[in-house]
Amino acid sequence: MTDVARADVCAFAVADCFRDDGEILANPIGNLPVLGGRLARELYEPRLVMTDGEAYLIGDTPPLGEAPEVIAGWNPYRRMFDVVWNGRRHVMMGAGQIDRYGNQNIAAIGGDPDRPDRQLLGFRGAPGNTINNPTSYWIPGHSTRVFVERVDLVCGIGYDRAAELGEAARFHELRRVVTNLAVLDFETPDHRMRLRSVHPGVTVDDVVAATGFELAIGDDVPQTRVPTAEELAVLERLDPKGLRHREVKGR
Amino acid sequence: MSEADVVSRLTDGMTVGIGGWGSRRKPMSVVREICRSPLRDLTVVSYGGPDVGMLCAAGKVREVVFAFVSLDTIPLEPYFRRARESGAVAARQMDEGMMLLGLQAAAWRVPFLPTRVGLGSDLPRIDPGLRTVTSPYPGPGGTHEELVAVPALHLDAAIVHVNQADEHGNGQLLGPDPYFDDLFLEAAGRRFVSCERIVPTAGLTASGPVQSIRVTSLMVDGVVEAPGGAHPTSCVPDYPRDEAFQRDYAASAKDPDGWARFRKEWIDGLDERAYQERVQR
Repeated sequence: MTDVARADVCAFAVADCFRDDGEILANPIGNLPVLGGRLARELYEPRLVMTDGEAYLIGDTPPLGEAPEVIAGWNPYRRMFDVVWNGRRHVMMGAGQIDRYGNQNIAAIGGDPDRPDRQLLGFRGAPGNTINNPTSYWIPGHSTRVFVERVDLVCGIGYDRAAELGEAARFHELRRVVTNLAVLDFETPDHRMRLRSVHPGVTVDDVVAATGFELAIGDDVPQTRVPTAEELAVLERLDPKGLRHREVKGR
Repeated sequence: MSEADVVSRLTDGMTVGIGGWGSRRKPMSVVREICRSPLRDLTVVSYGGPDVGMLCAAGKVREVVFAFVSLDTIPLEPYFRRARESGAVAARQMDEGMMLLGLQAAAWRVPFLPTRVGLGSDLPRIDPGLRTVTSPYPGPGGTHEELVAVPALHLDAAIVHVNQADEHGNGQLLGPDPYFDDLFLEAAGRRFVSCERIVPTAGLTASGPVQSIRVTSLMVDGVVEAPGGAHPTSCVPDYPRDEAFQRDYAASAKDPDGWARFRKEWIDGLDERAYQERVQR
């Protein structure tokens, strides 16, 4: 039905994660999430606070890869914890592995933490993010390697882990998981991951085949929305070099 | 003092904190000198970049205390990966914010700081020494929360690199991000600062606002003048990261003898001046 690129659909699926967030720090990490965050700020959440990916809060909304012309504030790495622990932030991280309750691993693959099969980044800020502020995930390669029955190391905590903690986890909230195939959420009675929508050209079966655990799937899974012509014009302005297409290919 | 003077004040088995962040403003001239030295069995505490990778590759490290190790534009540090995947170095993994709290506790000389960070994650499972405390105060829901007690992260020594300093150790950061350098110094027993240039004290406020003097002489035992000393990491605004050098460094890890070649070309037999001259060529 459409000749909109998959990367464009993904960018707006990310943007829609930040709808209704109001005045918080939207902190998407990675090229396509940053693009989605800036789209949200430009199109429907003007009060979103964002960084340049470094130490500055941006006063304008520059294209991907460009420095802001207007600097609105100072938010060096150390200040980020003040924001995280205060809860006024919605982060979108990546994941090496994720399970049905949203437990996420970016530290290492393999059963032996002293000698991993593959050393990844490390825990980074995932434990602190997920216990303190709303968190979403961006996964550009939806596969059974990433969507697993059980993650090797829990860095970002999922709903089952949070439930065991009681009141101490009262700020835990996983919003959505956006992938190159679909949008998922945890809006089920026991917070199991649910298929929220499939991107144009993707079937429910495609998503099921690429997922290593059983998803909650409603009777009628809608299609992820396609951006309007006006929205696409803003997208083009924010990513004139098409960096998004390097991360997500095809239509 | 010189890089060699710093290394002469380190001993085997020490816990050494290294400032900077990822592949940014790392005290690499001192790291290179450690690689040349007979030092061994170090515990390295770092928001890690090539400092961690090189020290691991050079066989200087027993344990790394880290939340991440990255070259920024190259997400994974190849020599660190190799050291971890071969089991050559032990690891104490942390959340980035836990490391901040551990350093802050050491700096304040309290045994721990409480936090929610780490609850529910696998950090307590893989770090059996990590303890929790029960809040003496009821939460808004009426329960007494069980919080993580991040232990003080005492450093035997800390090394950071700044843009400029005076001879007393008042250090100035002219880039936008101070990272955690002052905390590393405050958490350490022996404190060393390398800098792009040593200036008269009056030159500090002439170069930037007083808030940019993040490091005071109270935190510093020795100053090394090391122009280009953060290479190949960035030291903005003095210079950006040397991306080409970093790419070659990372690519060398693909060969079994890659580290031997790298250290022959860039570490062994060179002093810092000779290194900088070779970089300029």
